[in-house]
Amino acid sequence: MRAALTHLGAAVTAGVWRLGYATRFFGYLLWHSGTAFRRFRLTLREIYFAGVLSLIIILVSGLFVGMVLALQGYETLQRYGSSEALGILVALSLVRELGPVVAGLLFASRAGSAITAEIGLMKATEQLSAMEMMAVDPVARVVAPRFWGGVISMPLLAALFSAMGIFGGYLVGVVLIGVDEGAFWSQMQAAVDVRNDILNGVIKSAVFGVAVTFIAVFEGYDAPPTAEGVSGATTRTVVTSSLAILALDFVLTALMFTGGNAK
Amino acid sequence: MAAPAIAEIEDLTFAYDRRPVLHAIRLAIPRGKVVAIMGQSGCGKTTLLRIIAAALMPSSGRARVLGQLTSELDRDGLYALRRRMGMLFQFGALFTDMSVYDNVAFQMREHTDLSEDTIRDLVMMKLEAVGLRGAAELMPGELSGGMARRVALARAIALDPQLILYDEPFTGLDPIALGVVARLVRQLNDSLGATSIIVTHDVAETLPLVDYVYFMADGRVVAQGTPADVHRSGVAFVEQFVRGEIDGPVPFHYPAAGYAADLGLAQAA
Repeated sequence: MRAALTHLGAAVTAGVWRLGYATRFFGYLLWHSGTAFRRFRLTLREIYFAGVLSLIIILVSGLFVGMVLALQGYETLQRYGSSEALGILVALSLVRELGPVVAGLLFASRAGSAITAEIGLMKATEQLSAMEMMAVDPVARVVAPRFWGGVISMPLLAALFSAMGIFGGYLVGVVLIGVDEGAFWSQMQAAVDVRNDILNGVIKSAVFGVAVTFIAVFEGYDAPPTAEGVSGATTRTVVTSSLAILALDFVLTALMFTGGNAK
Repeated sequence: MAAPAIAEIEDLTFAYDRRPVLHAIRLAIPRGKVVAIMGQSGCGKTTLLRIIAAALMPSSGRARVLGQLTSELDRDGLYALRRRMGMLFQFGALFTDMSVYDNVAFQMREHTDLSEDTIRDLVMMKLEAVGLRGAAELMPGELSGGMARRVALARAIALDPQLILYDEPFTGLDPIALGVVARLVRQLNDSLGATSIIVTHDVAETLPLVDYVYFMADGRVVAQGTPADVHRSGVAFVEQFVRGEIDGPVPFHYPAAGYAADLGLAQAA
């Protein structure tokens, strides 16, 4: 019993200590983010690696999610004679929820894991120590551009995911099933609100971008400098980021789309 | 050892958490010399090098490097100190996402306002010094171990440092690459008017190259002198280390219970 309590206490203490370390690291990262903007070329490179190289998986996934939404949505809506509302269903589902969440999960798997592995391997091969010895702060030079590259990429990827999803919904709903094209687009335009729906979706994706990219850079920077350490950190990035996205989504949805804000 | 010291360690102790690694170290690195710190793996020599590089701070005692007490420096002071040093890591630690050229140009771009044309001339001069001007456009993954070490050396001397630190520079090199790196260490030290500290356990390659040697064992300096002094030091550990004998003060056998007992023979007897 005593051993179990000791074990539990040690685990809790270690967790709190790590959380505190992560918070200090986040503050340090923000404080030393100047380089990422003064030399924006460094951040642009990371936008390419985290954002542009994630485009294929984001676009293809968005297309299929939109197509499935249209199929499932049509099945339900036609029972109530509301198949013209298919455009609303597809657009609101994507812009409010599926766009930010699924794009965030894909971003964590594709770009987050790559960021963690890259920084972790740089640490394991003493590249970060070498930089430190050259009087160059690795947080400012390596971590901050990757962090801001991810934060900038994520809302853009979520927007493209949603746009592609709506196109997929159009393909299945209008072209394949034969829902009226005018009703599909006009009802969508009338029902989707820029501030309540699109802006809230953008805010969600930006928050997910900060969470996922910070978890990725922190896990990489904090990874034990061994092959096992880097692989463990990469796995933790995907698992923790995914859970963080789902938890944050619930909180943000509760704040944005309930009570007086509900449409 | 009459030359003024560029690095001085006084009564230094160091511990990782509560595990002591270095005990009462005193040493002085004279300006302009090539000095080796030798000893077995795990004796604390790399930790000592990191203290000289101001990457670690002493638990007690003082480390004065390039005239400054490292423990009294803030972050900006540490970075200013490190700009006057170069360090070669054990396996080079080249930036794998940059070409050889960009690796060598890295510090020039970070710390100076030189034009790209001037940087190009300087990079080519550094690469010429290590014989790899022709490899400027290669990526680190395309280099052999010896070439990577030479590029790392060119990068370490990019800003003409006053103090060059080498962490196991000969590890994993073939005899030709090893000879090239050893010759470059001496040549670059003399041509730059720098001071070099080499942490290593490679006796045969190091002794002909250096001016002075410190021997470490169990976190202490156990012997010191010129390479000629070392051969007649009379310290049993140094003689075993230099000759590579398998038994001596460092025993061949890890401490264990009686052999006969382990084989189950003691009871039978």
